[in-house]
Amino acid sequence: MSPVGAEHFLIVSALLFVIGVCGVMISRNLIITFMSVELMLNAANLSIITFSRVHADMSGHVIVFLTLTVAAAEAAVGLALIITLYRKRGTIDAAKFNIMKW
Amino acid sequence: MENTLDIIVFWVSAAFAIGGAVMMVWQRNPVASALFLILSLISQAALFVQLDAVFVAALVIIIYAGAIIALFLFVIMLLNLRGESFGGRSEGPGRFVKLGIASLVGAELVYIISMSIIPKLELGLQKAAPMNFGDVKLVAGLLYSKYLYPFELTSILLLVAIVGAVVMAKRDENEKPDADLVE
Repeated sequence: MSPVGAEHFLIVSALLFVIGVCGVMISRNLIITFMSVELMLNAANLSIITFSRVHADMSGHVIVFLTLTVAAAEAAVGLALIITLYRKRGTIDAAKFNIMKW
Repeated sequence: MENTLDIIVFWVSAAFAIGGAVMMVWQRNPVASALFLILSLISQAALFVQLDAVFVAALVIIIYAGAIIALFLFVIMLLNLRGESFGGRSEGPGRFVKLGIASLVGAELVYIISMSIIPKLELGLQKAAPMNFGDVKLVAGLLYSKYLYPFELTSILLLVAIVGAVVMAKRDENEKPDADLVE
């Protein structure tokens, strides 16, 4: 079988990122939109780890550690926002939140 | 990676990572979506292990698949959504424009990777990783020396997130809920 190189990992990472973009674009459920954002963050992590391995430099692992912290903080704040929105409006359908739509 | 077993593991975990992600976006039920996201994240952790990032793989499973998805499931159960309030997917002609934009982003990424990055990498994974690469000890060494200030800043970030989440999710005493929410 043909050997697996760094570009395979980068392509997988790009595909995961694009699937995340699709999720953000087409999903109207705010929770699924939010999970897609988490998926995009982790796809970026995969790229960082790949480059870290190629250059044999461990700084990338530290950067991924910091990204994970940001993702955790973002999940906590975002889910609090979703709970507040649901309490005010009784739905989490993104199409219903059009008060700022031009 | 030239070992046959390594190559098989790569393709299987890549297939599960991408398949899980597609199913996550495709599902209408958020609970099923969250479970497919766990599948995708665990497969991505397997990819991290293949890149000699063992500590990061463990972190991804513990923090993402453990903590964050548990929080998501908790919120889904708390909201107790039924029927209309789920949201579903966007419909009408606008959907194709959105998918077109997304595939444009994908085409750009693949183009950039194949045109500019691959010739410079020259299959960098053929060389064996340095000794103890990805070890907890080495990550901790960098974290507490070179990257000490960013690491300390994350504690402030987490504090702000905790305060923000509590302030936003706290029920206001004087607030009257909308009439259609009272059962």
